[in-house]
Amino acid sequence: MRDNPILRVTAKILFAPIIVFGLYVQFHGDYSPGGGFQAGVIIAAAFILHALIFGLEAGRRLVPGWVNLAMLAGGVIVYGGVGVAGMMLDGLFLDYNVLSYDASKGQHYGIILVEFGVGLTVTGVMLALFHAFAGFAEAHYKPSSGDKNGERGS
Amino acid sequence: MAVTLTNALLLALLVFILVLVIRTRKLFPVVVLAGAYSLVSAAMFVNLDAVDVAFTEAAVGAGISTVLFLAAMAYLPGTEKEPPEAKGLMHILPALVVCFAGGALLIAAAVELPAVGDPTAPAHNHVAPRYLEESGSFLHIPNVVTTVLASYRGFDTFGETVVVFTAGLGVLVLLAGHTRTAMRRRKDDAGNTRKANSGKANSGKANSGRGGGDA
Repeated sequence: MRDNPILRVTAKILFAPIIVFGLYVQFHGDYSPGGGFQAGVIIAAAFILHALIFGLEAGRRLVPGWVNLAMLAGGVIVYGGVGVAGMMLDGLFLDYNVLSYDASKGQHYGIILVEFGVGLTVTGVMLALFHAFAGFAEAHYKPSSGDKNGERGS
Repeated sequence: MAVTLTNALLLALLVFILVLVIRTRKLFPVVVLAGAYSLVSAAMFVNLDAVDVAFTEAAVGAGISTVLFLAAMAYLPGTEKEPPEAKGLMHILPALVVCFAGGALLIAAAVELPAVGDPTAPAHNHVAPRYLEESGSFLHIPNVVTTVLASYRGFDTFGETVVVFTAGLGVLVLLAGHTRTAMRRRKDDAGNTRKANSGKANSGKANSGRGGGDA
């Protein structure tokens, strides 16, 4: 698949706009449809497209496994952290009103941070799943581990 | 009226795709048809003014699930086995009874449901009015779905995130352990004969080549 010039050029052109669109969906979710779940999937889709066109090895170099795991856990920690921060500031768990001097502003901060956490976890899970599935096939069925062009599009 | 007609059309399309999925014996078309099914459902959600749900359905159902299915398809046989011969009416009678009884119950329950967008429906008279009023005037966030999801029902969304996290971790632990074992076994076998798993590896190679080509 990586020898097809049309796919390569299209992927190169689309890669950055997909991520920008994902970020827009992530941080504009207060005003338009969208939020962490959708944004996470869209951003993961950009990296999956990259890995599909340029090979799993290139995808792993771009986003190493530990980054996936860090995103996976980091999102939950960010979400839980916002909740605990509310408790530290004399509120209840996940009470955003106390995050700022103004309750309305606090809600804004809380919602954006929480959605960011959701997006991080979803991106991490989707990328990790894709790498795990593709890597599973590679480990079981590739002729030899040194052959970089053997696993797909043969 | 137009909304109802469009919905009926989209529902008919869903049923059509469903019949195609049931009748197809090849895996690749089934995966693509599942994506089409999600896309049509997304169109239906847009028609019902549930834009956020439609967005999620299009991104997750039609987009990423199709890709993940294709990635997983690479090491499955491409065609379904021939179904066993039907053994007369008695063989399918239990399934028929369950289907008709379940369908009748669902229809009986659906008759009692309030109409779409009915302002006197119980769901719109409990906490929803407060959410709708506060979200604009107090929180200054126009998208009420986001406020309900992240603020009013923040605890539920936290649970959802943890579920996504746990599910991802579970799949990773299952697949990563398996992959590592396979890698190690290959390293051990590198110099020796690979008699033990050559049959399995060969059939797998054929599958992976075909699946990858299709993808």
